[in-house]
Amino acid sequence: MKLAGWGNFPRMSCRVATLGAADEAQSWLDQPPMIARGLGRSYGDAALQPNLTLLTRRLDHILAFDPVTGLLSCEAGVTLETILDVFLPRGWLPPVSPGTKFVTLGGMVAADVHGKNHHKAGSFGGHVRSLRLMLADGRVVECGPDVEPELFWATIGGMGLTGLILSVSFHLLPVHTAFIRSEVLCAPNLEAAFDAFEASAGWTYTVAWIDCLTGGRNLGRCLLTRGELAEPDELPPGLLPRRKRPKRVPVDLPNWVLNRWSMRAFNTLYYNMAPAKPRPAIMDLDSFFYPLDALLEWNRIYGRNGFTQYQCVLPKPAGREGLRHLLATIQKSGFGSFLAVLKLFGGHAGGCLSFPMEGYTLALDFPVRPPTLALLHELDAIVADHAGRLYLAKDARTTPGMLRKGYPRLVGFQHIRDQWGATGRMQSLLAERLDL
Amino acid sequence: MKPVVLLLGATSDMGRAVARAYAAQGHPLHLAARDAARLALDAEDLRLRSGVDVWTHPFDVLAEDAASIMTGLAPPPSIVICFVGMMGTDPQLIMRTNYTGPAMVLEAAADFLQRQGGGVLVGVSSVAGDRGRAGNYVYGSAKAGLTAYLSGLRARLHGSKVRVVTVKPGFVHTRMTEGMDLPKALTAQPDEVARAIMEALEQGRDVVYVRPVWRLIMTIIRLLPEPVFKRLRI
Ligand SMILES: Cc1cc2nc3c(=O)[nH]c(=O)nc-3n(C[C@H](O)[C@H](O)[C@H](O)COP(=O)(O)OP(=O)(O)OC[C@H]3O[C@@H](n4cnc5c(N)ncnc54)[C@H](O)[C@@H]3O)c2cc1C
Ligand SMILES: NC(=O)c1ccc[n+]([C@@H]2O[C@H](COP(=O)([O-])OP(=O)(O)OC[C@H]3O[C@@H](n4cnc5c(N)ncnc54)[C@H](OP(=O)(O)O)[C@@H]3O)[C@@H](O)[C@H]2O)c1
Repeated sequence: MKLAGWGNFPRMSCRVATLGAADEAQSWLDQPPMIARGLGRSYGDAALQPNLTLLTRRLDHILAFDPVTGLLSCEAGVTLETILDVFLPRGWLPPVSPGTKFVTLGGMVAADVHGKNHHKAGSFGGHVRSLRLMLADGRVVECGPDVEPELFWATIGGMGLTGLILSVSFHLLPVHTAFIRSEVLCAPNLEAAFDAFEASAGWTYTVAWIDCLTGGRNLGRCLLTRGELAEPDELPPGLLPRRKRPKRVPVDLPNWVLNRWSMRAFNTLYYNMAPAKPRPAIMDLDSFFYPLDALLEWNRIYGRNGFTQYQCVLPKPAGREGLRHLLATIQKSGFGSFLAVLKLFGGHAGGCLSFPMEGYTLALDFPVRPPTLALLHELDAIVADHAGRLYLAKDARTTPGMLRKGYPRLVGFQHIRDQWGATGRMQSLLAERLDL
Repeated sequence: MKPVVLLLGATSDMGRAVARAYAAQGHPLHLAARDAARLALDAEDLRLRSGVDVWTHPFDVLAEDAASIMTGLAPPPSIVICFVGMMGTDPQLIMRTNYTGPAMVLEAAADFLQRQGGGVLVGVSSVAGDRGRAGNYVYGSAKAGLTAYLSGLRARLHGSKVRVVTVKPGFVHTRMTEGMDLPKALTAQPDEVARAIMEALEQGRDVVYVRPVWRLIMTIIRLLPEPVFKRLRI
């Protein structure tokens, strides 16, 4: 079966097995290397293994819920969409949510995903109470912050390389409405954007769209959105949660659709919609958290060659200077995408390979073509110079050296994998590419 | 209370999708299947998702007393849907699992619904039963038997308060078709099957093709003269 990540690059023929139950996984363990795959929303090769890719779509049972504490246990193939559908109407929200709800809990744990509230709540792994993990030898172990903590913190953010996550227990957050009170700030350049983030540190959710095409005085101009969960008395009367039918992008669009001119047009449009002064608005959660989900399969607008997302984080002190350097390089190249996101992470600890660290993270898409790949190499050097690192869930092309520079706990991670028998057995294409 | 639904072969991919769809609308459910552990997981999942009552029952369509599933169900169901079926290599097993087994149980279910004064009976058959093809004629013939059985049963119960619905899913992305290279436009997802079944029940349809294009395809395939058809090897 032909499989690819969300970026459609690389695309590979993979042997697959759909696991219907935990014990079915055991019968495949004698055929390594293998890797787990959720909804394939990682962009690159993290959930690909030509020899054997284990699909978790049928491990989709909700196992238990405590309506007093909000502790929820689900099998790893349960999607964020399901959790929202089932629990939001009852007043419970997942504590951390990536920019799409089409992800599985397994994927959320394995990538230790972050959301717009990272500076307040940290990444998803910090909210996990326990995991059930199937090791490469078929043993099933329970782990958590207090039980086998080393294995636990290697699995949080471990990109599936320690074993197959069978189930996840984590805390939901009580909420009073399914709405967000939000406002948008305009920052005319990068310096203003940094200030806007600092000034918004008290807000629960913050994120900025950043223009990667305009240089000079307006280099790094941003639209910063900040939001709070709305209380019932803040809602205009008669507001009901809307359910919009998602549109589907029907076919692979030709590659030229995404040339720099169409991207520039998109950016102009976006900025023209920005209000001059922040005007508070009430939005439903879907529009606030998952604006892109309304366009199903939007990744196909990049055409058949696919695209890659470059997401890096730079530590706060050196980050401002580094970010300016990155943006100037991207702007000069003219390859930048319309989808560029800037966010300030908080200083919460994560797993051995968790991506977030205190500082600024930048994410933008590039069509896969030789000149853009060369540019990304240049960007790698800038990121490394500023002690930053790349997000593995988005990566399809970086090098083992770059990975080692960015992740000081990698040696410990590999040691834990050895110890639990995962090395070479739980092995994605990404792991092979990066010498893990 | 919403009508109670009994699902036979409830742990099938289609059955699970239908169970979730009915539970979401508040229908209490009886789930019958042979794998007790998976059944228990499914039942708890449905309770947590929708807060409905769910009861589980061990059920093997090949068992001598398979039809006894219809005795003692409380509360009594008024919608009965049978998903049981299999593909494979053992012809006898295929015939019994797709035809004689389900037909015997559906017969008992029809009597049960009639005694109760009404209800709906749904049998999941297959487009494969519309014409015997070289590739899967044993399976096809068993489904043909089930289709004919359902058609006759519908005629017999016409005028009573019991309705009979035949579902021909076409290709569906499930465990049964795992690893097959199915054409995307002709292949439905299990929740599409669920929607089609619920719609058919509302609209009072007799025979349902989940994706309508299948009705056209099978009409053409059925119309091909045998001397032509046998050469096609489709
Ligand atoms: C539009 C869009 C927006 C996004 N926004 C964000 C964001 O804001 N923040 C963020 O952090 N990420 C974001 N992501 C990335 C996404 O959240 C992660 O890649 C996530 O891991 C995808 O989950 P998945 O179920 O699709 O996993 P997959 O892509 O299928 O797999 C991802 C990794 O998880 C592993 N894995 C999956 N299931 C299991 C399991 N059961 N056991 C062990 N390992 C497993 C895989 O081996 C692989 O290494 C975004 C992605 C998209 C497409
Ligand atoms: N998928 C398709 O493309 C397709 C197309 C046309 C028709 N169909 C029909 O649709 C129905 C549902 O199939 P599916 O696609 O959802 O695949 P599935 O998940 O494999 O469903 C088949 C079900 O039949 C059950 N079963 C088999 N033998 C049984 C027995 N002796 N006693 C009790 N239950 C038994 C299985 O039980 P376990 O769960 O215990 O294994 C399973 O739940 C089948 O009748 C199939 O023939 C499927």
